[in-house]
Formats: sequence, structure tokens, C-alpha cells
Amino acid sequence: MSHDHDHDHDHDNELDPMAARVRALETILTQKGLIDPAAIDAIVDTYETKVGPRNGARVVARAWNDPDYAEWLKRDATAAIASLGFTGRQGEHMQAAFNTDETHNLVVCTLCSCYPWSVLGLPPVWYKAPPYRSRAVIDPRGVLAEFGLTLPADKKIRVWDSTAELRYLVVPQRPSGTEGWSEDDLASLVTRDSMIGTGFALAPDQKGPAA
Amino acid sequence: MSRRDGTLGDIPTAEDAPVFAEPWQAQAFALTLALHERGLFSWSEWADALSAEVKSPGAAADGSDYYQRWLAALERLLASKDVAARPEVDAVAAAWERAAHATPHGQPIVLENDPHFSGVR
Repeated sequence: MSHDHDHDHDHDNELDPMAARVRALETILTQKGLIDPAAIDAIVDTYETKVGPRNGARVVARAWNDPDYAEWLKRDATAAIASLGFTGRQGEHMQAAFNTDETHNLVVCTLCSCYPWSVLGLPPVWYKAPPYRSRAVIDPRGVLAEFGLTLPADKKIRVWDSTAELRYLVVPQRPSGTEGWSEDDLASLVTRDSMIGTGFALAPDQKGPAA
Repeated sequence: MSRRDGTLGDIPTAEDAPVFAEPWQAQAFALTLALHERGLFSWSEWADALSAEVKSPGAAADGSDYYQRWLAALERLLASKDVAARPEVDAVAAAWERAAHATPHGQPIVLENDPHFSGVR
């Protein structure tokens, strides 16, 4: 988006045309009583600070530590995830895709960018970008290579295409050397990308500064 | 930058890359969620509207205009529901731009600063 800056005013402000349009919508919708500006700010705050991949990491860590929970997550992910307090705002259903020695799971939304917000927060830029959306299905191995992931040739890759009604959470394999770890410690190994399928969970020695 | 070779190219893939480039993108996102929760449209309707926009011929190959598409989808949906017609949005957006111009730097921009402000429209 280009914006003409053929003169320099240091005494006034410029509103980007996009920003002006969003403000216009907010003004109109507020006047019609369809939205409450405070509620809009609250949603932004929630998604920027309270919802995020840490929610999904808790789900994965619980599944690693509690076989009954893992079983529940396999059978009814929507309910198992809701039991931890994470529910979708769009009434979407969740399905968990468990990575195994034989199969690696990868999530995409070829249609637009449906994403499991309640457990992963907001989608990263690349998830919404056409190259990922189109290539994840055609050439998943090539896409994974771009993320630095090389899988054994005999490992199957299963690609899950999200919809408005059904979103997927990848449950990465538990790293070795984590026997006896607490749920909190395990959760710190679970990256956002590992729950989309473009990464693995961190190994204990890759763990960064307190997540 | 748009890369034509169809790879992820320059698209940031770091775990901590920002999800919104500018505040208006977060606002547009939140407006959509709030209107959906109010029942103005179903999430499938929204996904269809957004899908149509991101697939339109003018969309950037690297998805860098994603939230512009998002906003266009929202505007189109609101116009089709007779909630906010395009000329009305254009007029109020122009008023916001004038208000921004007339607001001294460092002060919050309010619509009342528009020199042509005429109260509630």
C-alpha cells in the first residue's frame, strides 16, 4: 500500500487509508449499536496476550503425561480441549492428529486460513500465505524442508485441510529424555510450529530460556 | 516482497514473528469476531467471504495483503447485509482522514477534529 508523502507536516497526523476504513466501520457499527468499542479492545487484548500457543502446549503436555486424557483427545478433541478451559469462539470442532513413528501430520487451510485459535492464538503470516496454502498439499516434504524438517523417506505425511467447522491440532511426539517431567516442563518443549506440523517438539537440550 | 517462485521465500517463519503488522489489522480482526458473536453472520459465511477475497486475481502472491483482503471481505459482507453501505464507509473514512490531519501530533485522533464534523451521521 503506498501513501503519498510529498510534504512533511510535523504538526499533524496521517491515518493510513486502511486504518481510516477500520475506524469508519467501528464508528458506523458503534452508532448502530452492533458493537461496543470496549469489547473490541478486549478481543484484541485477549488474542494478543491471553490466547496463544501456550494453550495448545498445555493440551499436548497433558496428553503426553496422562494416557486417559490422550485417549479422550483422540476420541473427542473438542471436549477434551474444552475441559482445560479452551473453547472456540466460532463453535468449531477440534480434531487432534497424533504424530507417530510412521506418520507425520501437517495442518493447512487451503480455503483461507481457518486455524485453531482457541489453542494456538493467531495464525503466523506464512500460514495465511498462498505459497504455504497451495504447496502444503502438493509438496508437503518440500514445504517441511523449508522449515528445516527432513523426514525419513519411509515416513508418511498426512495433510489435514482445515475448514470453518473443523480445525486440527497436531500432537507432536514426546521428545526422548523427558521421562518423569512435569506438565509445565513438558509444555515448554511444545512449540507453535510443532502443533501445526511444521516443526517438532524441542528436545530437552534445545529448550530456550524459560518459556 | 512478492516471490514468484512459489516458495515461502522471504515470508518470516520464526516462532515469534508478529501476527499483526499494524494495529488496524488487529482491530479489523476483532470487529469480525464481535460481529460474528452477535450473530450478524455465520462463521461459514465469513470463511466464504474471506476465501473469495484472498483468491481474487489482485491478491498478493505472498499473502502480504492478507488483512487488506480481510477488511475487504468484511466490508463486502456488511454491505450485503445492509449494515454499512460502501458510500457511507467511504464518507466516514474520509472524515477520519481529515480528523487525523487536523489533530496536533501526539494527541489522540478523534472524529470531532474533522473540520467538517457534523455530529452523529
